[in-house]
Amino acid sequence: MTNAAVAVQHQSVKADDSFLTIRKLTKKFGDVAAVDAVSLNIRKGEIFAMLGASGCGKSTLLRMLAGFEIPSSGAIVLEGQDITSLPPYERPINMMFQSYALFPHLTVEQNIAFGLERDGMPKGDITTRVTEMLELTQLKQFAKRKPHQLSGGQQQRVALARSLAKRPKLLLLDEPLGALDKKLREQTQIELVNIIDKVGVTCVMVTHDQEEAMTMASRIAVMKSGGFLQVGPPREIYETPATKYVADFIGNVNLFKGTLSVDEPDHVVIQTPECQHFVSHGITGTLGMDVHVALRPEKISLQKKAPTPQERESAREDGFNCVQGIVKNVSYLGSYTTYHVKLSTGTTLKVMNTNDARHDDHRLDWDDSVYAWWDGSDVVVLTQ
Amino acid sequence: MQRSRFGLGWMTVVFLFLYLPIFTLVVFSFNDSKLATQWGGFTLKWYAEILNDREVREALWLSLKIAFLTATASVVLGTLAAFAMVRYTKFKGRTLFSGMVNAPLVMPEVIIGLSLLLMLVSVQRAFGVPERGVLTIWLGHSLLGMAYAAVVVQSRLLELDKSLEEAAMDLGCRPHEVFRLVTLPMIAPSLLSAWLLTFTISLDDVVLSAFLSGPGSTTLPIVIFSRARLGMSPTINAIAAIMIFIVAAGVIFGSLWLARAEKRRAEEQAAAYREALPSP
Amino acid sequence: MSSVSLPTPQPAQSASRRSWLDALGARTVIGIPFLWLALLFLVPFLIVVKISISESDGIHFKEMFVFTDGHLQWNVKWGNYAFLASDALYIRTYLSSIYYAGVTTIICLLIGYPFAYFMARSPATWRPALLMMVMLPFWTSLLLRVYAWKGLLASNGVINDLLLAIGVISEPLKMMNTSFSLLIGMVYAYLPFMILPLYANLVKLDLRLLEAAADLGAKPLTAFWKVTIPLSKAGIVAGAMLVFIPCVGEFVIPELLGGPSTLMIGRVLWDEFFSNNDWAMASAVAVVMVLLIIIPLAIFNKSQTENAAREKGRI
Repeated sequence: MTNAAVAVQHQSVKADDSFLTIRKLTKKFGDVAAVDAVSLNIRKGEIFAMLGASGCGKSTLLRMLAGFEIPSSGAIVLEGQDITSLPPYERPINMMFQSYALFPHLTVEQNIAFGLERDGMPKGDITTRVTEMLELTQLKQFAKRKPHQLSGGQQQRVALARSLAKRPKLLLLDEPLGALDKKLREQTQIELVNIIDKVGVTCVMVTHDQEEAMTMASRIAVMKSGGFLQVGPPREIYETPATKYVADFIGNVNLFKGTLSVDEPDHVVIQTPECQHFVSHGITGTLGMDVHVALRPEKISLQKKAPTPQERESAREDGFNCVQGIVKNVSYLGSYTTYHVKLSTGTTLKVMNTNDARHDDHRLDWDDSVYAWWDGSDVVVLTQ
Repeated sequence: MQRSRFGLGWMTVVFLFLYLPIFTLVVFSFNDSKLATQWGGFTLKWYAEILNDREVREALWLSLKIAFLTATASVVLGTLAAFAMVRYTKFKGRTLFSGMVNAPLVMPEVIIGLSLLLMLVSVQRAFGVPERGVLTIWLGHSLLGMAYAAVVVQSRLLELDKSLEEAAMDLGCRPHEVFRLVTLPMIAPSLLSAWLLTFTISLDDVVLSAFLSGPGSTTLPIVIFSRARLGMSPTINAIAAIMIFIVAAGVIFGSLWLARAEKRRAEEQAAAYREALPSP
Repeated sequence: MSSVSLPTPQPAQSASRRSWLDALGARTVIGIPFLWLALLFLVPFLIVVKISISESDGIHFKEMFVFTDGHLQWNVKWGNYAFLASDALYIRTYLSSIYYAGVTTIICLLIGYPFAYFMARSPATWRPALLMMVMLPFWTSLLLRVYAWKGLLASNGVINDLLLAIGVISEPLKMMNTSFSLLIGMVYAYLPFMILPLYANLVKLDLRLLEAAADLGAKPLTAFWKVTIPLSKAGIVAGAMLVFIPCVGEFVIPELLGGPSTLMIGRVLWDEFFSNNDWAMASAVAVVMVLLIIIPLAIFNKSQTENAAREKGRI
């Protein structure tokens, strides 16, 4: 009896934990697998982003969740119910389309009420729900307008209101801000997250914009050729990328190819043609194996004089994590400046420094000879 | 400047060429002369004559009936065909299908008329029906009309944003509801223009009607054609003037209405964006 | 307990029903027009082929397959075709039909291309009005518009009267019932069919391509030949086929404007059928006519399909 109770409790916890389960989901178009045996658990209330270049399969995956594409194999389970072959109109899932797909012949109100009417909700309840949605998205004054009488940002909010009106268990966002210009996008990202949080709906979004994914999502999946390369919170994806592709795809990175020359439990040393990289943590690898060293440009310090031992304290030993080169390009970008430093090996090192003062006395210029150095804890070793 | 002046001249000459016959038709419908091509003063007597011309009146009524039925059938069938071509890119016999949809657009009417008639005769010999008459003319006209309607509806379907239909399904519409609530309102203008186009095509057709009509089912174009073969007749001019007036009025008003709607839409759109800008 | 949701997947019952409904929908959407076209377009044509090789006396046909004395007898008569091939008048008529259709197509292209080009380059605010003005004659009765030319071209017609009045000519020109009047009528009737696809094509032409050509040193005329014309090829093909194919078998225009001396195959077919009551011969004439236009028909069908595909790809 107790065992059974424990089992049930355990299962309920597990069910709660994984609100949406995707198991070995595959979609083939002819011989090409657009989505290739993808498995995933999504927690309730989470905003999950699938990030990738165009053609990586993220849209196909989203369309399978919505029910527009029928999977070749695999299963989608939402709150314990297998919905793999349920048609879109029977799924408790709603989608906000990239083009918004607002019905041009209906007013804002009618657009929002559209899904509710399909469910046969009583008229009074529909009015209440529509009003609630209009208030939530601050669209009250536009209720009687047609979509073409709205600006891009307003249309986006109507699309959101419409997809939330049916109180779906799962909200899908397809490039939610892709149609807006940059300035509006930043502001809308925050608004969108606030509304989703307020409603408390679980959300899966697809985007090619890493900034959008990192601002909005609690977890990100980086996709390539139909599969997930890495799944994790934004910080984890950025600071500890699992593969070369992820390191390169998210943000800027300097990659060095080298071999593992010292392998200790608390530190390792990677020998690359440019320099010796001291890494202040252990890795799983064997001595002599080929690895890549990834280094974010903003983690590198740049100066004309050789760094003093005090400055380089954390690098511990002289000669490690320090290279000399010549500045070949300076791009002043307002809040920060990027430098391209050419090393003696011919490699170009990207460095990014924040402009934290209005006047910089030690400003670097083209053809300056410089030292670039970095901390041993900022180095990421990639084995694949 | 030189080039645009040449272009303007070219367009003017072509338009003159296109409109000269129509213009003379109308002018000579008011011509008070036995000789249809000699100006003999203004009169309305030919219009009065149409009213008394029983043959013309009956033929016109028949033609209008057939045109109405044809347009309706053509739009329904043409819409189905357009859907089949746009939405189902792969099915057995699609090449044959698209060939059969496109061919009546260009196929010489004498061939369509002859083959349809021979088929109907075979059917009639076997089953005793159908008699040649309204039904057979309607079949022929609808075959032709369907091809035109399919072209019109197809081009509208192609420019339709597919995510609108997906959104409808996502919000709980079953396939037939998607069609009724979203697709149909979206393509309605093209259905209307397809209906009007096939209506006029049916109203104008001589060759198919001649093959497919039986005794007592003489359409207006057949009457006009048999009279025109004999020479010029001022009554035909009067009929022509009336038909031209109706069509021109319809097309001009339709175009103006569309242009107005388009303009208003653009203005509203611009206003929405202006309004959304943060005020300084 | 009610809050506990077991993660046992529930079988989706509607899955099979959905595919069944979907298939039914697809079958209706494709099936109805398919059946319609097969019954009214394909089958009739096969009947025409059959009749053209059947033994007949006038309008009654012998069965093609007769079972007599235990032998299957196949009654096929190639006589109609033999006659068509041996009779110089038929051959001349076919050739002359193709000639008139070809000349009409070329004239329509020469008039229509610059027209469509200037229309596409005119200010955007004019275009709907210009388009409407091209469409308007297209919507009014072709029969009546062709009939109007009779009055214009007759020896006591409007044009002759005008020319006589201003003294350009001293006696009426013979224009009616010549190849001139036939060609005027056909060009007039089919010009909109040339202009509309050309305009639809040219108006979509990206003007930046011409700017790029100019930037790379192409003079306007060179840019026109090297950029505009090749890019509007689809429109030219569609327009040419829309004019050429129906012109080959045109009946109404030669009947009203051509007079007895201009040979057109559509009229021959009509006469075989209505005057001579020789259905088999009319069928043979029709079959050969289809053979003559089958390649243009295939080109037309291909260009229509490609246009649709392009349209689809644009979105």
